[in-house]
Amino acid sequence: MPRTHITTVINGDETEFLTEDSTSLLNALRDEVGLTGAKEGCGTGDCGACSILVDDRVNCACLMFAPEADGTVIVTVEGLADSGELHPLQQCFLEGAALQCGICTPGFLMAAKALLDKNPDPTETEIRYALAGNLCRCTGYDKIIRAVQEAAREMRGQ
Amino acid sequence: MAITEENPGYKWVGTRPVRPDGVEKVTGKARFGADLILPGMLHGKVVRSPHAHARIVSIDTSAAESMEGVKAVITGADFPDLAANGAHPSEIDVANNTIARDKVLYEGHVVAAVAAITREQAEAAAKAVTVTYEVLPHVLTVDEAMADDAPLLHDAMITKGVDPAPEEPSNIASKILHERGDLDQGFGEADSVVEREFTTKPVHQGYIEPHAAVADANTDGRAHIWCSSQGHFQMRAYTATVLGVSPGTLKVTAAEIGGGFGGKTVIYLEPLAVRLSQRAGRPVKLVMDRDEVFRATGPTSGTRIKVKMGVSKDGKITAAEVWMAYEAGAYAGSPVGAAGMTAIACYDIPNFVVEGYDVVCNKPRVAAYRAPGAPMAAFAVESVLDELARNIEMDPIDIRLANAAVEGTQASYGPKFPRIGFVETLEAIKEHPNYTADLGPNQGRGVAAGFWFNAGMMSSATVHINENGTATVVTGSPDIGGSRQSMALMAAEELGIPYESIKPVVADTETVGFNDVTGGSRVTLATGAAVVDACRLIVEDLRGRAAKTWDVEVDQVEWVDGQAQHVDGAQPPLSLNDLAAKSGRTGGPISANASLNSRGVGAGFSTQLCDVEVDPETGVTKVVRYLTAQDAGRAISPDYVEGQMQGGVVQGIGWALNEEYIHDTEGVMENPSFLDYRIPVASDLPMIDCAIVEVPNPAHPYGVRGVGEVGIVPPMAAVGNAIHDAVDVRMTELPMSPIKVLEALNENDG
Amino acid sequence: MKYVAPSSVEEATSLLSSSPSAQVFAGATDVVPQLRSGRTAPEVLVDLKKIKELVEVNSDGDKWTVGAATPTAYLTEDESFSHEFPGLSEAAGLIGSDQIQNRSSLGGNLCNASPAADSVPAMVVNGVRAVVAGPNGTRVLDVSEVVTGPGQTTLDDDEFIVEFEIDKMPNRSGDAYLRMTPRTEMDIAVVGAGARVTLADDGSIEQAVLALGAVAPTVVRIPDAEQALLGSTADEETLNAVAAAASAACNPIDDKRGTVEYRKQVAGVLAKRAVVIAIERAEQRNGSN
Ligand SMILES: Cc1cc2nc3c(=O)[nH]c(=O)nc-3n(C[C@H](O)[C@H](O)[C@H](O)COP(=O)(O)OP(=O)(O)OC[C@H]3O[C@@H](n4cnc5c(N)ncnc54)[C@H](O)[C@@H]3O)c2cc1C
Ligand code: FES
Ligand code: FES
Repeated sequence: MPRTHITTVINGDETEFLTEDSTSLLNALRDEVGLTGAKEGCGTGDCGACSILVDDRVNCACLMFAPEADGTVIVTVEGLADSGELHPLQQCFLEGAALQCGICTPGFLMAAKALLDKNPDPTETEIRYALAGNLCRCTGYDKIIRAVQEAAREMRGQ
Repeated sequence: MAITEENPGYKWVGTRPVRPDGVEKVTGKARFGADLILPGMLHGKVVRSPHAHARIVSIDTSAAESMEGVKAVITGADFPDLAANGAHPSEIDVANNTIARDKVLYEGHVVAAVAAITREQAEAAAKAVTVTYEVLPHVLTVDEAMADDAPLLHDAMITKGVDPAPEEPSNIASKILHERGDLDQGFGEADSVVEREFTTKPVHQGYIEPHAAVADANTDGRAHIWCSSQGHFQMRAYTATVLGVSPGTLKVTAAEIGGGFGGKTVIYLEPLAVRLSQRAGRPVKLVMDRDEVFRATGPTSGTRIKVKMGVSKDGKITAAEVWMAYEAGAYAGSPVGAAGMTAIACYDIPNFVVEGYDVVCNKPRVAAYRAPGAPMAAFAVESVLDELARNIEMDPIDIRLANAAVEGTQASYGPKFPRIGFVETLEAIKEHPNYTADLGPNQGRGVAAGFWFNAGMMSSATVHINENGTATVVTGSPDIGGSRQSMALMAAEELGIPYESIKPVVADTETVGFNDVTGGSRVTLATGAAVVDACRLIVEDLRGRAAKTWDVEVDQVEWVDGQAQHVDGAQPPLSLNDLAAKSGRTGGPISANASLNSRGVGAGFSTQLCDVEVDPETGVTKVVRYLTAQDAGRAISPDYVEGQMQGGVVQGIGWALNEEYIHDTEGVMENPSFLDYRIPVASDLPMIDCAIVEVPNPAHPYGVRGVGEVGIVPPMAAVGNAIHDAVDVRMTELPMSPIKVLEALNENDG
Repeated sequence: MKYVAPSSVEEATSLLSSSPSAQVFAGATDVVPQLRSGRTAPEVLVDLKKIKELVEVNSDGDKWTVGAATPTAYLTEDESFSHEFPGLSEAAGLIGSDQIQNRSSLGGNLCNASPAADSVPAMVVNGVRAVVAGPNGTRVLDVSEVVTGPGQTTLDDDEFIVEFEIDKMPNRSGDAYLRMTPRTEMDIAVVGAGARVTLADDGSIEQAVLALGAVAPTVVRIPDAEQALLGSTADEETLNAVAAAASAACNPIDDKRGTVEYRKQVAGVLAKRAVVIAIERAEQRNGSN
C-alpha cells in the first residue's frame, strides 16, 4: 500500500514522515518520528495520555489520523522544555511529586500547558475540570492539581 | 502532619528532594514498556476467545500465515505440555492462562498470536486466524459457580481445605477457616447484633499503561525480554516455566512501569513474544489494547460476604461471624486467604468464625490488587461496625478504640502483634479539624479502618563507590512510585553523603542479585534493608581503608558525615572523596553486595474519614472532604508516602462509587474501556488530606512498615458509612452507584 | 483505508457519490473508537474540516450558522453565542474533555445517532435546523428529523450536514440542558433533559419546549409537560406535572449505563430542574440584553 507523505512542524522543527492513512497520529509520532513521549493508554480518547498540542490546542493524538497532521504545528512533551531549561510545569511537577509511575505525566503536562496558556489564573475547580480528560491512577490527582496551581503562580510571576 | 515518636535527627530520611528519575519522566525520555523500538522489530497481535467457556475444536492458521508481512503465527500447540511434564498445578494454570490449549475459560482468553512487519498487517492476520469452538455453558458469579448443578471449569477440581476431601469435583478450589472462642456465647453477651450480606463486583487495577513486552530471541536458545512489570525476576521465572526452558537462558530488562497495583506481578505477553521472536527470527513487540487489558488481565474478585457481629453496651465486640466467597476467575487463586486473615484483624475479638471459599468462574483470572482481598471484607465488616456503633449510640472512632488491636494482641490470624500504630491512626483522625467540620444539607460523614500485613521477601542490592566519591545503588526492584528516591535517601543517610551524589539504578536480571516482585508494600522495607546492609558493608570497608592509611586499629576510626574520622582527632579526616580517589592503593574498587530474606515485617493500619454529599433525587454521591491517617512506620520519603496514601484512597473511592465489571448474559464484558469503566477523574474529587502516623517498625533499621496497600482497604466502608450518615440508607452492594443509591432511597420512602 | 480531505462541499459530495464505502468525519471522536473496535470499516474516510464553511461560527441579523464540523470548543468559547444560548453551549461543552472538545462537532454528535448525544436535546428545544448537502444540492431539515434510531439517520449515504441554522433567541426566552452521569466529566449521559421557555409580559410561560435524551431510541419531546407549563408560572404543582409527564414520555432500556426505572425517575427530576433554570435565564433576557 502506498504511504502518504506528511510535512509538519514538530517541536519547532520541520518534520516529514511517511504513514499509512489509517495510522493514528500517535502511532506515527511514536513509530515513524521516534517521539515516544506521548503514550497510548487507551487509543480511544478516554485517558489523555497521548495529549499533544496541535496548532496550540490540546488534542488526543490517538484520535487523529496521521494524515490530518499535514501542515500543522505540533508540540509534544519532548518540546516543552526550552533549550534545556524545564518549563515551570515540569519543574513544579518534579518539586511537587506530582508523578508516581509517570505514564500519565506527558499528557497532564500538555493539557495543563493548554489550560495555563488560555487561563493564567485558574481556580482549583477549573483545573480539575480542564484536566478531567487525563486519567491518573497513581496519585489521586491531589499533587498534580497543586503542581499546576504552583506553576500558574510562578508563570504569573508571583 | 506527622506524629513522630522520636526524632533521630536524620539528615536525608524524611526529606522531600526531587526524585532521581524525575527529569526523564517530565521530559518524555523515560522508556516505558511500549517505548522500545529495535531494528527489524515486528509487531505482534494476540487472538482472543469471544466465548466465556468453550472447547477449542480446531485452529486454522493457514490463511494468516500466507498474508503479506506475516512472519510467525503461534497457538497453544507451540508450547510444551506442562501437565505431561509433571509440573506443579499452579504452573500449569499460569501456562494455560497465557495461551489456552484445549479449552477457553473466559472471553479474552488467548488462543493464538501473530507477528508481522506492520501493526496493520498483524491486526489483519489476527483476524484471519480461524478458531472453531464448541461453546459450553458458563458460570459468572460465585452463586452460579457454587450451585449444585453448575457446569465445571476444571473437571478434576477437588476442594482443598475440607476434611474429608469431597469426592465430587466442583468449582470451589479451596476453603479457609479461622476460629476462636465460642460464637454462641459471644452473641449471647451482645446487647446489639447486626447481620448483613454484601456483594461486590470485580474491579480492575486500572493502571494507565497497558501490558507490553518486546522479545529478541537468538538461535542459541537465549532471549532478551524488555517488559514493564512489577518484578522482572518473576517474569523470567514464569516465562521460563511456560516455555519449558532454564531461567538462565532469559535476560529480562525492566522497562519503566506505568502503574501496576499488583496487576503486573503476573505474565501475559512475555512467553508469546519470545516464541514469536524465535519463530520469526526477529525481535517482536506485543502491546495490549485497553480493551484487552480489561478483558484478559487481572481484575480482583467479585465477592459475596455475610457478616454478623455483636457488641455489648460499652462497645466491646463480643463475637463476629464472617462467611465469604471470592471469585477467582478462570483458575484457582482468589485472595480469599488474605481476606480471611485481614477481615477482623484490626480488632481484638474473643469469639469468631471466619470462613471463606475460593471459587472459579468464567471471567479473567484475578490478579493481585493492592492489599488483595482485604478491601471487600473491610467494606462488610466496617459497615456492620458502623451500624453497631449507631445502635449503641457510640462515636465511630470510640467503638474502634474500644476494640483496637495493640502490641501483644493475638491477631485473628494467629501471631501476636508487635508494636503497631492502629490506635495512633484513630487518634489522628479524631484530632483533625475535619472530624468536627460542619456538614451541609444532604452531607454525611463516615469512618472506616483497615489492616494490611505488608510483605518482606527476598531482595538484593549492590552499592558501588565511584572514583569521585559518589555512589551507584543498584537494585532489582522496579520503581513503580518513587522507590528510587527512598533507596537514595537511605543510602545518603548511611554513607553520609548528599542525596544528589547517589544514583539509584534498577538493573536487569543479569546485573544484580535476585529480587522478589515490587508488591506487598515491600520494596522500601526489604530492598531498602538490603541497600542499608550494603551501605554498612561499604562503611566498614572504608573505615578499614582509613585505618590502614593512618596505620591505626579499625576501632580508632569512625564514619561521620561522609568522612572517616579518628576518634581522638589525631588525624585529619578522610572524606569519601579522598578514599575513593585512593582506592587503588587501599585495596581496589569499593563495592558491596547484600542479599536478604526479610524478616520483621511491620503491619500497617489506616483509618479514614469521608464526607459526602448525596443528591437525594438522582442518587449521585460526591465526595466533598477526605482524610486518611496511616501508620508508615517511618516515612523515608514523605512525598511518596502521601502519594501512596492518596492514590490508594482514590482507587477505593472509584471502587466504592462507580467501578465494576459488567458482563452480558453470554459472559462478554460490556464495558472494556475507560469511558465505561469509570475510574475517578480529577473533577470528581476533593484534595485528599493526609495524616502520616509514624510508629516505627522495631524490626527495620529506619522503622519502615510499607505504605503501598492498606490505604485502599477502608474507603468503600468510609464512603458507605458517610452515605448512611447523609441520607439514612445502608448500602450493601458495590459499587454504590447513583442507581443503587436511588433504589435504596426509594425503598426507604416506600 | 484511504484518507481524503476535500476543500469544497461539491468536491465532498462527488467523492461520496463515487465511493460507496466512504464515510465522512469531523472530529473522529466517535469514528476512531468505532474503527478500533471493528464496528465500522469504511474504505474511504472523508475529512470535512478542510471545507471552510463547515468550521465556522457566524451570526447575521436573525440567525446563527454553525458549521457542522466546527469543534465544539469554538462554540463554547464564543461568548456572544454562549450568552445567547447558554443551554446549547453547555450541552456542547459537556461532550468529553478539553481534548475531545477541540475535535467533537455538532454534526458528528447528531449523525453518530447515539440516543445519549448531549447536544441533540438542546438543539431540538432550540428548533435548530440542519442544512444537508447532497449530489442534487441542499435541503433543510429540523434536527429532530435527522435521527430515526440508534445509529440510524434519514441522510442518504452521499449526503452530509454542512451547517446548522439557529434563529436568534427571542426576548424573555431562555434555554437549559442538564444531564446525569455517574462521573462529573468523561461520561455518557444516563439521562439528559433540555428545556426552552419564553415568558409573557406577566411572567407566565408563553412557550415551552422540552426534550429528553438517553431515555428512548431517539430524543423525545414531552408534549404533556409543555402543555402543562403553558400559561403557568411553573409553581410546584406544575413542576410535578412536568416531572410526571417526563417520566411517562420515556421509553428506555436497561443497559450497562442505567435501568429503565432509574431513567424514568431521573428524567422527571432533570426536566423539572432544566425548566427552572430556563425560566431564570428567560427572566434575565429582556430587551436590553
Ligand atoms: C472520551 C470521549 C468522551 C465523550 N463524551 C461525550 C459526551 O459527554 N457526550 C456526548 O454526546 N458524546 C460524547 N462523546 C462522543 C463524541 O465525542 C461526540 O458524539 C462528538 O460530538 C462526535 O463529533 P465528531 O465530530 O468527533 O464526530 P465523528 O466521529 O467525526 O463522526 C461521528 C459520526 O457522524 C458522522 N458525521 C460527522 N460529521 C457529519 C456531518 N457533517 N454530516 C453527516 N454525518 C456526519 C460520521 O460519519 C460518524 O458516523 C465522547 C467521545 C469520547 C471519545
Ligand atoms: S491514548 Fe489517547 S486518550 Fe488514551
Ligand atoms: S503517575 Fe501513574 S498514572 Fe499518573
